[in-house]
Amino acid sequence: MNNMMSDKKVIALYILPPLLLIVALIYIPIIMTGYYSLTQWDGIGQMKFIGLDNYKELIKDGMFWKSVYHSFLLAVFSVISLLGYLAVSLVLSGKVKGANLLRKIYLIPMLLSSVAIGQLWLRIYHPSNGMLNYFLSFLGIENPPNWLADPSIVLYAIFIPIIWQYAGFYILIYYAALKSIPPSIIEAAIIDGANPLQLAYKIKVPLISGVIKVTIVLAVVGSLKYFDLIYVMTDGGPNGASEVMASYMYHKAFRSFNFGYGSTVAFSLLFICMIVTWLIRKLTNSSEEVQY
Amino acid sequence: MERATVTEKPVISLLPGQIGKKIGMFIFYTVLIILAVFQILPLIWLLFFSLKNNQEVFNTPLFALPSPPRWENYVKVWVEGNIGRYFFNSVWITTLSVIFTVLLASFATFAITRMHWKLKHVVLGLFMVGLMIPVHSTLIPLFSFFMKMKLVDHPLSVILTNIGFNLPLTIMVLLGFYYSLPRELEESAIMDGCSVHRMFFQIILPMTSPVIVTTAIINMIYNWNEFVFVNTFISSDQYKTLTVGIQNFIGQYTTDWGAIGATLMISILPILLAFFFLSDRIVEGITAGAIKG
Repeated sequence: MNNMMSDKKVIALYILPPLLLIVALIYIPIIMTGYYSLTQWDGIGQMKFIGLDNYKELIKDGMFWKSVYHSFLLAVFSVISLLGYLAVSLVLSGKVKGANLLRKIYLIPMLLSSVAIGQLWLRIYHPSNGMLNYFLSFLGIENPPNWLADPSIVLYAIFIPIIWQYAGFYILIYYAALKSIPPSIIEAAIIDGANPLQLAYKIKVPLISGVIKVTIVLAVVGSLKYFDLIYVMTDGGPNGASEVMASYMYHKAFRSFNFGYGSTVAFSLLFICMIVTWLIRKLTNSSEEVQY
Repeated sequence: MERATVTEKPVISLLPGQIGKKIGMFIFYTVLIILAVFQILPLIWLLFFSLKNNQEVFNTPLFALPSPPRWENYVKVWVEGNIGRYFFNSVWITTLSVIFTVLLASFATFAITRMHWKLKHVVLGLFMVGLMIPVHSTLIPLFSFFMKMKLVDHPLSVILTNIGFNLPLTIMVLLGFYYSLPRELEESAIMDGCSVHRMFFQIILPMTSPVIVTTAIINMIYNWNEFVFVNTFISSDQYKTLTVGIQNFIGQYTTDWGAIGATLMISILPILLAFFFLSDRIVEGITAGAIKG
């Protein structure tokens, strides 16, 4: 029995194809990105090793830091919106009729492609014919800003569809976690005289703290590497006002054909994601896991 | 029956606490329903303007029913706009990607959970860390690699990356199910002289079919919506999928709202249909994939 299930040839047959794929497509490219980031290269011609010159340039590159700032701004927004999703899930997981249907409706935008969402929201923000200005005109707002052309607004205008896209995802996760709390704990708390607010704040939220930590990491890292809607809706514009790290990398590599410098941005993106993940894990681990 | 009438005391509902509770519930429902409207109203608006011509889009209220519904918008973009070709590219590229992702992920999960070897925890770790890697930090080397292999502008580049980047998530969802399979099963299979391969294909795979369906649906959605790889690796119309195809198509027809709406509707329709029939499985798959991470 054990001989058969520890036959090296059979094991290799099963594990090697998938393992080789992720090594070839994920891990080797990461190392290569690190190497390319030390070169000057247009992707086709001769590659020239230039040491840390790209990183020296990166430190002085105002546009890069602007894109870093925008990515972190999105991360902050995403984490704040988690509070809203948690509140909604707390209500939804109570005795709400139709909760199952509601959480499915919330999820629909997440299943659609970023191109479809981006193109739809371009129309929603359309100055003369969009849904947003149409509703605003009912409220008496006749001169709304040009949402996607105004550099001081465009970034926030793109945050809205990003939040729209992922709201259902986080509500779904919180809802599932809240539903898995044993009813006996809730009943005991009610017998002890806890009101609904105390029940939510002192019992339910601490019990799902593990899941909340996971969602914070997902939201922050997901924001830092975010690309799709930015690329589809504004392509980082106007004039870099909505550029984020991933879109900046894409422009450097596949528009300017500066593969070396693009790799420097890409490697910094990876580095920043890793550091931030580690930091969040460390910061949230101090509080002890709640057992039940 | 008698007890029910005894416990029902209408007087109590007039007490301040009860009124507060009712108002509270009313506010809760209002918030929940407003959120639901916010989530689907843009899509209803999309459906409406996909069935109107420009004159109707500009001159009638936003939510006026399209009358008559202009289905010719759909016919037009399908025939003239190459949308039909993009659609079929999406179908076959998604299908191949899903089949191989689920099969290879089952291979890996089987080897990791059922077989005995030293490095399995390291390998599992490699798959799990793969979940956190930003796609963009691998894009430049992947592009130059596919260029060397003459795979740029070849659908294989997209299928391979689809598989590679969806393996970690798929394995994660499969793991829980595999751990819960009883070991006696394979022991008795081996006693009966069954080979490992026969056991995998004739016993394990059929037994895991519920979770295979779940992962296949999740993979179908992610592959159908995939954008960055196709946008980077594919340049000719012949191989573009819907996501990139419609992005280019709409770029050319920015003023024809009906055509744009019809294009977008065609691109999201398969997903909406899948959602309509399989929403429980989708919910289950997305939850399993997110929480275990």
